[in-house]
Amino acid sequence: MTVAESGQASDHDSDQDSERSSDRARVAFLDALVHDDPVALYESAPCGFLTTTPDGVIVKTNATFRTWVRREAAELVGVTNFADLLTVGGRIYHETHFAPMLFMQDQVHEVALELVRPDGTRLPVLVNASLARGEDGRPRAVRIAVFDATERRRYERELLDAKERAEASELEARALARTLQQTLMPPAAPTIPGLDLAAAYHPAGHGTEVGGDFYDVFPVGTDDWVVTLGDVCGKGYDAAIVTALVRHTIRALSVSERRPAAVLKGLDDVLHHHETDRFCTAALLRLQRDADGWQVTSGVGGHPSPLLLRAGQDPVPCGGRGPLLGVLDNATYEDGCLRLEPGDVVLLYTDGVVEGRRGRELFGEDRLLDTVGTGGSHPTEVVDGLMKAVLDFQEGTLRDDVAIVAFGVPA
Amino acid sequence: MATADQLNVRVEGPPDAAPIVFVHGFGCDQHMWRHVAPAFATDHRVVTFDLVGAGGADPEAWDPARYDSLDAYAEDILTVVHELELRDVVLVGHSVSAMSAVLAAVAEPDLFAALVLIGPSPRFIDDGDYRGGFGKADIADLLASLDSNYLGWSTAMAPVIMGNAERPELGEELTASFCRMDPEVARQFARVTFLSDCRDALPAVTTPTLVLQCRQDAIAPVEVGQYVADSIPGARMVLLDATGHCPHLSAPDDTIRAMRDFLPSTEPVPA
Repeated sequence: MTVAESGQASDHDSDQDSERSSDRARVAFLDALVHDDPVALYESAPCGFLTTTPDGVIVKTNATFRTWVRREAAELVGVTNFADLLTVGGRIYHETHFAPMLFMQDQVHEVALELVRPDGTRLPVLVNASLARGEDGRPRAVRIAVFDATERRRYERELLDAKERAEASELEARALARTLQQTLMPPAAPTIPGLDLAAAYHPAGHGTEVGGDFYDVFPVGTDDWVVTLGDVCGKGYDAAIVTALVRHTIRALSVSERRPAAVLKGLDDVLHHHETDRFCTAALLRLQRDADGWQVTSGVGGHPSPLLLRAGQDPVPCGGRGPLLGVLDNATYEDGCLRLEPGDVVLLYTDGVVEGRRGRELFGEDRLLDTVGTGGSHPTEVVDGLMKAVLDFQEGTLRDDVAIVAFGVPA
Repeated sequence: MATADQLNVRVEGPPDAAPIVFVHGFGCDQHMWRHVAPAFATDHRVVTFDLVGAGGADPEAWDPARYDSLDAYAEDILTVVHELELRDVVLVGHSVSAMSAVLAAVAEPDLFAALVLIGPSPRFIDDGDYRGGFGKADIADLLASLDSNYLGWSTAMAPVIMGNAERPELGEELTASFCRMDPEVARQFARVTFLSDCRDALPAVTTPTLVLQCRQDAIAPVEVGQYVADSIPGARMVLLDATGHCPHLSAPDDTIRAMRDFLPSTEPVPA
């Protein structure tokens, strides 16, 4: 029992002893680590160290650095400049950026360079450097720490490639938007023999997106023309698809239907049968010349009525009425008629004109009527003057795109 | 065309003293002259400015179509000289701006009393017997190097340049802009710099010229400096006991002394 007891006690003591001794060992171990030989620490640190003269001549390197550049100390110390170990581009960067920054600010941080090994392979590194000055303030030595940045550089290249691709895509998107927009307008300024005609279009914002406005001028017979202008709701590519559909439908229907109201009714049907839920507004004028001059038949679908500008008179709507196209079941459309006199001008515009905003203020109909005045102007003056007023009102950047067309009988 | 106003022009020294204009090279800005220019402010009207796209120059002044050759940079030097109504100018150009200075002096020789070309190179790329020190492929390498160092900066991340507590005279403006250029500007300037060839302009220089050449310069080797001095009629070359491409930073005292020895003596006003 005693033996057993003493045995137990002795076991207990030896447990305590071994605990104490393992504590001591850990302390000694940690102590040894703390007091790690500074030289060994310098030599095998997980980054490259080197010291150069202010001129750049290497005077000291650690083993890590030498391993990375695969060179012996004798090949480096006293005979090689830090810049000599860089790529040509890196060397130029060193001379034009790195060294000036070091001399001006005494330190340089996170400069991306590549070290070139004797076999020509390269090690991407990030470099920090500091300039040590003597007591007289003059540069004494440059201390450089070099970090392996292979993975990081690969990632950065991927980012850079992605950025370049994104920028190229954006340029292409702009070009596509511009090209697509152009297909929604007549390619050249349209002309109608015997009439003066002017047209203008200005995109919203910075022109990166395709707007929904369109206009078209085309003949359907001798001295028989269609002038149309409209607005498909929304913006972007899917709106542009509907805009193209609307333009071509108007052209197709106008060949067989003489009355604008009938063309608009047909267009309304087409939009109802199309899968799009976009609707549109349009003004559609049929211009026919007879022995007495020009007869205008005017139809509208949910669109501001074209205005007749006659010298000495206030502008008057050309007539015609009907709802938005592609929305209501059983929509009906009616035409208005008028005969043009010499000097008369007819103006078509999209809602981007009157709904232009400056802060909380609307451009509005009154401003429109003031701008086009009391007639007597050439269509070009009317279009240019109105577009300028709209742009000035919104300081050059439009919230919504704007299309304007005007034609008139020479006075 | 950039105006003097857009190029962050700074003028120091007596207004009626002989003017000296310092033009920095590719990479940094007018702060490069910090250790040299003040030494001339006692007896010169010292003018420094930032090249378009560099330092505190108005970003609006940058026009990629215009700055596609050194001629535009030379015109900017002339603009500064004209706008400040300077005459008998001592024109000091570093690196690529040494060549812009040459072009400016050839265009309007009457404006200039002396040229000081620090680390000049009329052509960086080897051509037949001419050794510029670089091959065409090296330029692609430089552009790649620029790209990897402007990566973070170009995406509007703030540049991480440490402030310097020990040297507070290097103000905030310096740490904010020194050696930082819009990446697009830097790329084009690098291309213009390293693809330019101004050798034909050198014999046309009629202004008294000093070439300051470092003993060892990775960008503009001694032979290149010698070529410049040999090609400009009557030019003198001084070989500085310094290495690197920026003796005005690494050996400012030697640089000042060599310039003083060369320039027509103006009695220094005691400080």
